[in-house]
Amino acid sequence: MESVLVLTQADETGAALTRASLEAVTAGLALAARLSAPLAIGIVAADATVAANSLASTGAKLLAVSGEAFAQPRYSTDAAACEALCRAAAATIVLAPASSRFNRVAAGVAHRLGGLIDTHITAIARQTLGAPGLASETRETDSLTSAVEATRWFYRQRIEAVLSRDVRPWFLLLDAGTHAAFTGQPAAVQVEGIAVQLSSIRTNVSGLRAPSQGTQTIRPDAKLLFVAGAGWTKKQPDGQTHVAEAGDLILGFLRTTSASLGSSKSLVDQGGEGQSVLPFLTHLNQIGQTGATPRHPKGLSTCCHGEEPHVVGWRFIAERRAISLDPNCGWTRGKADVVYVADAFQVIAKLNALLEDQAQ
Amino acid sequence: MPKTLHIVVCAGIVPDPLQTLEPVTTPAGPGLKNEMVLPAVLDPWAASALYEAAALAAKNPGSKVWLVSLGPKAKLQQVMLTIAQRVPFELVPIDGPIGGFPDAHSTAQVLAETIAALPGLDRFRLLLFGGWESATRGAGVTLQLVGERLGITDQFQGVDQITLRDDGSFEVLERVEGGRHQVSICAGAPAVLGWATGNLAEPRNNPQIGMANMRTIMPALQKARPATLAANSLRYVSASLPKQQRTTRVVKDLSPDEIAAELAAWIGAE
Repeated sequence: MESVLVLTQADETGAALTRASLEAVTAGLALAARLSAPLAIGIVAADATVAANSLASTGAKLLAVSGEAFAQPRYSTDAAACEALCRAAAATIVLAPASSRFNRVAAGVAHRLGGLIDTHITAIARQTLGAPGLASETRETDSLTSAVEATRWFYRQRIEAVLSRDVRPWFLLLDAGTHAAFTGQPAAVQVEGIAVQLSSIRTNVSGLRAPSQGTQTIRPDAKLLFVAGAGWTKKQPDGQTHVAEAGDLILGFLRTTSASLGSSKSLVDQGGEGQSVLPFLTHLNQIGQTGATPRHPKGLSTCCHGEEPHVVGWRFIAERRAISLDPNCGWTRGKADVVYVADAFQVIAKLNALLEDQAQ
Repeated sequence: MPKTLHIVVCAGIVPDPLQTLEPVTTPAGPGLKNEMVLPAVLDPWAASALYEAAALAAKNPGSKVWLVSLGPKAKLQQVMLTIAQRVPFELVPIDGPIGGFPDAHSTAQVLAETIAALPGLDRFRLLLFGGWESATRGAGVTLQLVGERLGITDQFQGVDQITLRDDGSFEVLERVEGGRHQVSICAGAPAVLGWATGNLAEPRNNPQIGMANMRTIMPALQKARPATLAANSLRYVSASLPKQQRTTRVVKDLSPDEIAAELAAWIGAE
């Protein structure tokens, strides 16, 4: 019989679980219900009390590893914490959010437990299998064995595969945005504290650092993704480049819409090649084949040709529009919902003015 | 003060990103149509790791860079003709399958065994580099598993920068949520660093470096040990291309004002 453990982590305040953790809780509840399996939730936090209370209505067994050593993400302590939680829960399937914290340690923990791991899971399903030789139509419920199937993407979101494994424990890291975040009435709950033996700690986390350019342009929770392509820094009809103007227009758009900024690799790479670039762009903004694949409800591409290496970064953008001067660009070939054949400089300037008027 | 480092870079080869990929069923599970004839490149994030390793080694005389790569010999040779001209390294090829569908745990086992057997490798000077995710499987677990198998418990993923200090410790910047970096100070080697993009531009081709590298690369390729990868109970139910094809409305005859108005309404709509 399967048993399910969901690993969760506290957010930066230390007082609540991260949104990705709450999404994993939703997935865990659904999977446990489908498998009729017991569910446990493990929490890694300096103090797990408040976070645990928010999970009261799940009815799951709650386990926690707590202490100052677990306040900050670090391989040695987090791996030890997750290993202890997994051993205490003795789960056959371990779900965790694909956060930077669990991405760093989950594979190592799976190895320590003799298990296997698959990551970037976007969906989990239960498939029922009959005994060999039985036609599926004639299977009886109580003679079935259940198999869990996980969906993930390969080749940077270009091929989607469904896979399964028989070995347990099986760790599955869930991509953010694939499940609704769990919400429930908080209440005081009993949490089983799990002790962890730590060996010497050789790594100290000194904090977080935002990009040195000063403007934070990456907003994972934004409703809109704005993508700037290399065209912004190319020569315009007057034969000159207008990089400063492009920067002002883009930042103005981000300011009025609170959009997140993505860029193509070619635009970011220009900085390393000594060309004039948009100063607020870093490799962290890069989306596509060699960058991120963010999830936003809407996306607006500008000055980007929309070929496949770029578009794989848009796999999880629901509504897509593009502005391009090229009527035959990649976006027009079934990759965007609407393509405006126009000069992005002119359109974004008008759009910024319009949005500012609307905001007043 | 320079430190002598032993940097092992794990890097696979992947189809050129501009190629069209089509999944097919093979006796060994899913694969890519015409996989062996698709032009290949060094995995982009692993390539960043290699360039960072070479830069670090150049700043610390006496340091050495190994490039451990698992793939079909013929494809490795093709990719090395380009990569060998970029930075100095010693190639440690493993003749094995290509592609994103083999199991990461089996891949990690083969890599760890190979690294553990490297002649002259000092594990107390070891920095294990690689890409934080490949452009094939993209699981982001192989390097971590190799590190775990080698007993390395200081691991960093999504690394964009490493700064060595005089006492042998180093500062690492790792990508975390929200477009920020987590800053950590590690006491020193051994450590695992899964690189994101880093900060270095792609090095220019240097024929002299290429000639020096190829003297060792060709014999190494000839002696590459074969490896098979166990399935580890991994079973593929399906592998397919996304079916979503949008009906694109191409708007050619609107003025910037009209487009701006349409976009403003779209952005504001729930």
